[in-house]
Amino acid sequence: MLRNTLALICLASCLNLAWAAGLESFDFSGNVEEQRYKDLLAEVRCLVCQNQSLIDSDADLAHDLRLEVYELMDQGRDDTEIRDFLVARYGDFVLYEPPIKPSTYLLWAGPFVLLALGIMMLIRTIRQRRQLQESQFSAEEQERLRQLLGNNPHEQEDRQ
Amino acid sequence: MMPSFVRYLTPLVLFLALAALLYKGLALNPREVPSPLIGKPAPEFSLPELKDTSRQLSHSDFLGKVSLLNVWATWCVSCRAEHPLLMQLARQGVTIYGLDYKDNREDAKRWLQRFGDPYVANAFDADGRVGIDWGVYGTPETFVIDQRGIIRHKHIGPLTQEAIQGEILPLIKKLKEDKG
Repeated sequence: MLRNTLALICLASCLNLAWAAGLESFDFSGNVEEQRYKDLLAEVRCLVCQNQSLIDSDADLAHDLRLEVYELMDQGRDDTEIRDFLVARYGDFVLYEPPIKPSTYLLWAGPFVLLALGIMMLIRTIRQRRQLQESQFSAEEQERLRQLLGNNPHEQEDRQ
Repeated sequence: MMPSFVRYLTPLVLFLALAALLYKGLALNPREVPSPLIGKPAPEFSLPELKDTSRQLSHSDFLGKVSLLNVWATWCVSCRAEHPLLMQLARQGVTIYGLDYKDNREDAKRWLQRFGDPYVANAFDADGRVGIDWGVYGTPETFVIDQRGIIRHKHIGPLTQEAIQGEILPLIKKLKEDKG
């Protein structure tokens, strides 16, 4: 128990250190609002370690870009301008949420198109099945079927 | 009702289409992010030259000829692997500029002395600011720039013999012919 607690404390402090390492040197008392700064960095992909955002990444480039974003904010640029600045250099891929434009229509609409197709197919299958149940056998055939299924000597034997 | 062969073939065709798409995806390298700078003028910059600090290098140096801009650094291991290919290109008469990215000036000079200098000039980008403007995210990177100073191609990662023969040299040839 004690050992677990110690391990947890150790892990927590390591995580804390890692967090602090990225943003240690910035001063948020001036123009740059800390929350806005962190929110924006979290939206931006670090191109070196692509599954980390600029705020998480410890790559050299991420350090440089954090500084760049800080300075742009300090100069009073708004979020859109800063996003445009990054996209102009690194492309749409730098944003975790790609903009909606002709080349990304498929990306954005794709899941909904697939969902609609799936629902359409489901409805059609259900309808077909219902028709099948109603029309497959005539009344006499159904009667005979019941007889066959109900009076199967083998089945009765099996049950005994 | 659909003819039965259509019903049986549809899933097969869908599967083959998906398999072909995913198979193609396997061959793509997620590290190669297409640069938005292709087809645009080289980003403006002005940096001191590596060896001759009294000289400034800028985007206007690219005008009037087809050239390469190679982003490199002495701390970059794959730049070392790429270096002989740059020497080979320089011997073939290709104009290569260098962007020495976040490097130590003395180390860089020593590197060129030791391994040879394929560059006509090197811009020394100590803090990597110009690198950011060029969308550099991993060294080495190589840009092909035309006579009007427009970026026409970007190769990410170390150049290879295949990339040089298959893409870089044919593109340089084509760009040179376009002028005439």
